Amino acid sequence: MDIIVCVKRVPDTETRIRFSDGATAIEPEGVKYILSPYDEFALEAALRASEASEGGQVTVMTLGEEDSQETLRAALAAGADAAVLLSAQGSVTMDGLATAKALASELKNRKEQLVLFGVKAGDDDQQQVGPMVATLLERPCASNVVSFEMGEGVIRCDRAVEGGTEVVEMDLPAIVTLTKGAFELRYASLKGIMAAKKKPLEVKDADLAQARLTVERLDYPPERAQGRIVGEGVEAVPELVRLLRDEAKVL
Amino acid sequence: MGDVLAIAEQRDGRIRPVANEVVTVAASVAEGFGGTAHAVLLGGAGVGEHAGDLGGFGAEVVHVGEDPALEGHLPETHAAVIAEVVRSHGYTVVLFGATALGKDLAPRVAARIDAPLASDVTRVETEGDRVVGVRPIYGGKALARVGFEASPAVLSLRPNAFGTNGSQAAGRIEPFTPTIPEGVRTRIVDFQAAQSGSVDVDEASVIVSGGRGMKGAEHWSLLEDLRGALGPGTALGASRAVVDAGWRPHGEQVGQTGKTVAPRLYFAVGISGAIQHLAGMRTSQTIVAINKDPDAPIFAVADYGIVGDAFDVLPGLTAEIAALRAEG
Repeated sequence: MDIIVCVKRVPDTETRIRFSDGATAIEPEGVKYILSPYDEFALEAALRASEASEGGQVTVMTLGEEDSQETLRAALAAGADAAVLLSAQGSVTMDGLATAKALASELKNRKEQLVLFGVKAGDDDQQQVGPMVATLLERPCASNVVSFEMGEGVIRCDRAVEGGTEVVEMDLPAIVTLTKGAFELRYASLKGIMAAKKKPLEVKDADLAQARLTVERLDYPPERAQGRIVGEGVEAVPELVRLLRDEAKVL
Repeated sequence: MGDVLAIAEQRDGRIRPVANEVVTVAASVAEGFGGTAHAVLLGGAGVGEHAGDLGGFGAEVVHVGEDPALEGHLPETHAAVIAEVVRSHGYTVVLFGATALGKDLAPRVAARIDAPLASDVTRVETEGDRVVGVRPIYGGKALARVGFEASPAVLSLRPNAFGTNGSQAAGRIEPFTPTIPEGVRTRIVDFQAAQSGSVDVDEASVIVSGGRGMKGAEHWSLLEDLRGALGPGTALGASRAVVDAGWRPHGEQVGQTGKTVAPRLYFAVGISGAIQHLAGMRTSQTIVAINKDPDAPIFAVADYGIVGDAFDVLPGLTAEIAALRAEG
């Protein structure tokens, strides 16, 4: 079965980010960019489902600028068969609905029965594009999925929800957003990296509307006041509990 | 006109505390606009029994939609009904709780009503006739102030970040007959409950988190005991290292690739404080760190620290807190 995985290029989660006063975006200099961690789970899930079904193609797609080609090549090196860059003029914004519309406009003409997303992007944490695309395309969608299995015309997903695991079944075509589960992305082999250079990477102009949710300012989170070491070992416990009760008033 | 709609979340027919918080914010935004705050509550028969209580947090009107199809939480069905309520009343702002349910539902409603969505906001203000939100991005390493170039504006609110403001008022209940969409292609076939009494880490008012210093999954009973002593509303959390090692499930992970949390009290036990973990918990009200290494970065964000071995400190801490709570 053919599967398409929508991915995003984001700063490495270990990166310290910087921006200047009054800025609306971070400074890209010195930032290492990676495939968003949740998208890695989605890609691995797609590769395994395709291997299990023998002969399915895995395509990765992103909405982004030219530098996203690097991210797509990394996904091809890990095992994806083809890539599509929806080339945005200017940067992709925090307006997830604008992003979803651009992706949906491409996806509606494609034949894949299963579209996978990471549950959220590692940069703006909006957690919305997958279900929005599903709504725009009028397809069923299961979010925050840890594992799934394919059936005849259906997909059965285990979702991590409040208080437990919910099992949902959806008719295909369907959309699934992945969270951390058993899908740790495989390493790209040297052979895979070489092969990736020859795999098809299609670049198309994105059908991207004006953002209607805009960042007006970035701020650093407030510094926390300097705390104190209450003491060492279990002897410090009574004093800690007293401070939590009388000073912080949280017990 | 500037009426605000709060989506009131219920579970098993009971209105959840987050609904009171969302209604409280709706009332404050409506006041800024010179409009009124309404709420919508959906569920099976009888869900509206206590709907009027939402008035105590500022909802002048509570739309109650009861239908067997709304008893479960099929998001496609709920989204269609909520979108219809928004459209028919012309709300300018729509607010959800950023719970697991809310994060799944809000984007579907936003797409249906063609409105931009700011997720998981921690502050909401009005500036003249516009609403402005503040939301943590990059896992909490930065705060983005966001504005909307469209109406309605949709926001989901991080639980516990706002608090409630209650009174004795009762909201006017307005029942309506929801139009249930046909041809829904999603079926909930099973639910496997996690251990009873567990609270989700992103909704807990107190979190007890363990890191690599706990040395193995088999030692988590020490943290379970502390959680038990702290009482209801306390959740277990974990560092990424612990989740990657398979000691704890990802649902408990705090940090950039897990949950970003803001509880009243956060215990970091045996957690050194990697940048992505600190980003995810630094907005907690009070932070306590217990770590063997006095130079661990976690002490830089902690209000109170104990330098010591978790295995030595935890039993004493649990006993002391249990004794305090027993005193009442």
